Amino acid sequence: MARMKFLCDAERCIECNACVTACKNENEVPWGVNRRRVVTINDGKPGERTISVACMHCSDAPCKAVCPVDCFYQTDQGVVLHNKDLCIGCGYCFYACPFGAPQYPQAGNFGTRGKMDKCTFCSGGPEEDMSEAEFKKYGRNRLAEGKLPLCAEMCSTKALLAGDADKVSDIYRERVVARGFGSGAWGWGTAYQTKNGQERDQLRERKQGQ
Amino acid sequence: MTRRLPLCMMALALVGGLTIAAPALAAPSDAPPVPTQIEGVNRGDVWQAVRTGQTVGVVSIPDKKAAVLIQSEGEAWRALRNGPLSQYGSWVLGGIFAVLALFFLLRGRIRIDGAKTGKTIQRFNAFERAAHWLTAGSFVVLAVSGLNLLYGRFTLLPLLGPQPFATLTHYGKLAHNFLGFAFILGLLLIFLLWVRHNIPERHDLVWFLKAGGLFSKGVHPPARKFNGGQKVIFWSTVVGGGMLAFTGVQLIFPFSFATLAELQLFQLGHAAIAIVMIAIIVAHIYIGSVGMEGAFAAMGDGQVELQWAREHHSLWVEEVTGEKPGHHHSHGTPAE
Repeated sequence: MARMKFLCDAERCIECNACVTACKNENEVPWGVNRRRVVTINDGKPGERTISVACMHCSDAPCKAVCPVDCFYQTDQGVVLHNKDLCIGCGYCFYACPFGAPQYPQAGNFGTRGKMDKCTFCSGGPEEDMSEAEFKKYGRNRLAEGKLPLCAEMCSTKALLAGDADKVSDIYRERVVARGFGSGAWGWGTAYQTKNGQERDQLRERKQGQ
Repeated sequence: MTRRLPLCMMALALVGGLTIAAPALAAPSDAPPVPTQIEGVNRGDVWQAVRTGQTVGVVSIPDKKAAVLIQSEGEAWRALRNGPLSQYGSWVLGGIFAVLALFFLLRGRIRIDGAKTGKTIQRFNAFERAAHWLTAGSFVVLAVSGLNLLYGRFTLLPLLGPQPFATLTHYGKLAHNFLGFAFILGLLLIFLLWVRHNIPERHDLVWFLKAGGLFSKGVHPPARKFNGGQKVIFWSTVVGGGMLAFTGVQLIFPFSFATLAELQLFQLGHAAIAIVMIAIIVAHIYIGSVGMEGAFAAMGDGQVELQWAREHHSLWVEEVTGEKPGHHHSHGTPAE
């Protein structure tokens, strides 16, 4: 089974924000929520780089680890999803997430954040695939339709890659070899590796095998 | 004619330029890498600075907090909350119940030593009791709903199932968020009503040296309205409760006063202080109910048995009724 991952190539991103717009439109994201955002570092200076960030669907997801009502689950493709019927809007996943992925439709005073919303890797939620209820709560289930996340699909420079981790890293490796340098697969260490650099998925598989 | 000449030359130069550029386009692998690196700046250092928060980016959306690419503090927060906070917290909570159970087994219920008089005196008036129960009642709900957030997933969730547990926790969160203000009001009232009775004094030292007579029958060190132990409860409630109120208000209005890193610290502090406070209050509830005969009446109808008051608050009885302490019961004969 494929392990889905995102990869943003900082050498290619041109800060066009099309991924943000595509995501908002495809998933009809709640007002004020950006499931994906584009951040520029060293703006206007030499060495300026831009990165598109969303939920990275971590192997050992911090949001899942701290949720008081255990509303997160990871699909067999490694996508981290959550159940909005269970979410109480406590904000803990937002505290824990390194990438600032979990967001809330309301300001949050008096704890009234509403249900948390985040990137679903365009694969909906616990409701029946491609149902009206699923679309209303989580957005489009493109994976069930046999498609990949729209943000990466319509990235004009193909800076943003989404899909099977092996294929994504092969593409990136080819690029690095061809151009002679790479900025590293941004965020991969945090999202998919343990502190000593081991792949968390492999560890998990090994544990399951035991 | 003279005007057209430069144009022709430009056209020629363009064609020439294209022919020179063409081989480079045809075989990109032969071309040297485009120099996108800056002299003297290591690419690793750039990303390291992003990782540690030294470099903050810019975003074009209104929420400027989104400019933080990666916040590593979240991992520390998770590690502390799911690790030491939960673990040591469960030890503290388990510990206090174990200690109280052991104390009850060894000491039993602390009885009124002397003969009951059948007379009562007023210890707390209705307003004092109302302030106490406002604080106490809200504290119990806050404590239970707070503990549920930390431990419910591993205790109640398997018992209730996901949806009932989530609904319960949701109402618990609402109760926690709004009763927090009732607790703060109660805390303020308690402080104003009782602070003058809780200034530490010489008697308290004697009280502590004799461990308040907790471990020995018939030992009753003198005390005014509040003894040394009660003063400890008072000040830990005021100081601990004050810290809970401060951190709680910060957390309930996210980003109004604090940054994300501060909110994470406040959450950890809030939980750690709350666990210690719960341990203290559990002991307080024990001694005010099953642990000591006659104690509950002070906060029940406010009227305490005179003999109870003589034993536990001799100097206060003297202040209120004018009678000398120690005349009504013996502290154990020295010849024994």
